[in-house]
Amino acid sequence: MSANQSGSEHTALMDAVVQQSEPPNYGTDRQTRQRPNKRTRSSVPVQGTGNPSRDDPSPPTVSRSPGQYDDRARLNDGTGPSGQEMYMDEEEELKYGAKHVIKLFVPVSLCMLVVVATISSISFYTTKDVYLLYTPFHEKSSDPGTKIWNALANAGILLIVIVIMTFILILLYKYRFYKVIHGWLILSSLMLLFVFAYLYLEEVLRAYNVPMDYFTLAVIMWNVGVVGMICIHWKGPLRLQQAYLIFIAALMALVFIKYLPDWTSWVVLAVISIWDLVAVLTPKGPLRILVETAQERNEQIFPALIYSSAVAYTVVGMADRGGETTGDETRPAARQAQRQERGQSGAGDDNGGFSEEWANQVTHAINTRVLAGQPGNYTASTENAPQQHGPFMEADDEERGIKLGLGDFIFYSVLVGKVSSYGDWNMTLACFIAILIGLCLTLLLLAIIKKALPALPISITFGLIFYFSTREIVKPFTDLLASEQVFI
Amino acid sequence: MTIMEFFGCSFLAFGPPVAMFAITIAKDPIRIIIMIASAFFWLVSLLLSSILWFIVIPLRNVLIFGLVFSVFFQELFRFFFYVLLRKAEFGLRRVTEEDTHINNNRQVLAYVSGLGFGLMSGAFSLVDVLADAAGPGTMDLNGGSEYFLVISAATTLCFILLHTFWGVIYFSALDRRVIWQVVYVIASHLLVSCITLLNQYQQYVLTLIGIYLVLIATGVITFKVAGGTFNSLKRGFMWRPAASINVSAE
Repeated sequence: MSANQSGSEHTALMDAVVQQSEPPNYGTDRQTRQRPNKRTRSSVPVQGTGNPSRDDPSPPTVSRSPGQYDDRARLNDGTGPSGQEMYMDEEEELKYGAKHVIKLFVPVSLCMLVVVATISSISFYTTKDVYLLYTPFHEKSSDPGTKIWNALANAGILLIVIVIMTFILILLYKYRFYKVIHGWLILSSLMLLFVFAYLYLEEVLRAYNVPMDYFTLAVIMWNVGVVGMICIHWKGPLRLQQAYLIFIAALMALVFIKYLPDWTSWVVLAVISIWDLVAVLTPKGPLRILVETAQERNEQIFPALIYSSAVAYTVVGMADRGGETTGDETRPAARQAQRQERGQSGAGDDNGGFSEEWANQVTHAINTRVLAGQPGNYTASTENAPQQHGPFMEADDEERGIKLGLGDFIFYSVLVGKVSSYGDWNMTLACFIAILIGLCLTLLLLAIIKKALPALPISITFGLIFYFSTREIVKPFTDLLASEQVFI
Repeated sequence: MTIMEFFGCSFLAFGPPVAMFAITIAKDPIRIIIMIASAFFWLVSLLLSSILWFIVIPLRNVLIFGLVFSVFFQELFRFFFYVLLRKAEFGLRRVTEEDTHINNNRQVLAYVSGLGFGLMSGAFSLVDVLADAAGPGTMDLNGGSEYFLVISAATTLCFILLHTFWGVIYFSALDRRVIWQVVYVIASHLLVSCITLLNQYQQYVLTLIGIYLVLIATGVITFKVAGGTFNSLKRGFMWRPAASINVSAE
């Protein structure tokens, strides 16, 4: 990744601001960096819209009137803003930042809620009888030494599997086997949505003692599954897509909780967060390579792997509000053009998660011409008329969202669900708060460092610390206090 | 009985605080984050006091030891949280709703962090008890009191509200360097916690009256600290059209 590009990455916390004024480098514009791996997509893909960070001097093509709505974010880039406008800039940044944080808190909490509710009401997911193929050691021994050894071996095997899968995926992506990747993703989400959802439904019905005939069940499963596939891989209402992604993550977390041996799951959590750290931050880390490749190709990666808190391209509508500048007028068209180009390169079917208007616009954009150029430069020109992006105005309020890999959802939920399976609510609550604070800190770091960060390490570390300390130290204390009715 | 008791007690303890949360906090993202952060600070303070309780093995059964240090740790972390908020204030002040006054904002922050402390401490003292209460067993077997749950829930509510009040008093006292209010917060916290020691001897009436008296006193002080007067209270209860509120502020 060139310095230029890294300069153009910006953080989730910033983009609400920056998006409004996008300086004209449409080359890197609009990629969402995402995590591709099925099991390890676990960093906050900083989803940059690839806007240049604000100290990135970009040629001023938009006439600048400081303080004007759509120009606010550029005030810091040295073109003579007064102090007050810089003020406003930061203010916007923080405000949107907070909103975005909450937009991630809610789905993460919902996912954990589903998992915890399931764990505490359905015993199927806490009884250990079958184990995953990847965990051949079942911790049957009562000796802690053997258990630790088993858990480490299991986690090691699982990690190796994950690493291999990641590399396969990256190879596929690097050599543009898009069809294979999509087939893989569709197959796995198909399996989750049909097989695991069926198992889940069956266990729910059994736990609540509800009789249901197979015909009804089949109709329900078919509808749920097909709508899910359409929403995730093609298009559908944003809320529905988000709901499905949360559901999938929760199912996956339940599968992990059910099929991983007790101690193994703790070791796996620790190992995964370390792997996340390595994969995202080291120069040759696979996830980093993937993000960079996607960036070079101006592509959005796979919607099945990423939770996004808003429709990705509604930003267009907001930017257009400024209207009178040439830069703004060309932007949507540029996006469409890139879209289109990508469609030609064989990945056209993955605009899941985008509004229907978007899809329509893509078809309008055939006449758009794209000048390929270096990222960071102004690369698109077009003769598209502004009215084409009219529909986006509806979505004005939904600024570009943050994206979080589904893997993060899964492992957060695994941690909280695992804790709740021991039946202690204090521990669950402590871990929940710890994970949220970890996520908060990660997003804060994102705003400071301005590059893709792994979302697991901080949260999972906090979660593990609070789990073990609460279990060993705090719980006896609070139990004593509660039983004596002494309040502190 | 168990299910009804469960719901009754949880609404008694958490109804008012959750309503406060829903009405005053839930709509503002910044406030939610601050609340979660203050809950986290409370957790850390609990962790530290537990560690202290844990390593001083001979005093493990002397509850008052753990209690006193826990109170000190909580107030210490309230102070840390105050420092953190003041450091972050530059950004925060401009982020919260524009139409509220800056001075007001400080109180809002104090209130939010107090409620975060309270909710977390309330949850930690009651949630596990409630989970046991949901069934299948009941409380008064084996010689226990049948009022155990109700008393716990009422005390929890009192503590959540007290933490909220303490938050407001403490922060504004630190702002204005009023030492006696800081001392009052710590002292009343100690006092209330020590009063609950009587619960071991099932002196429930004494305990409840004691802590609710402190609650009322603290509430009055909080009201004064927050700039309320008798007249403003009276005005607050009188109905008036929304447009005339600004006039009454004179």
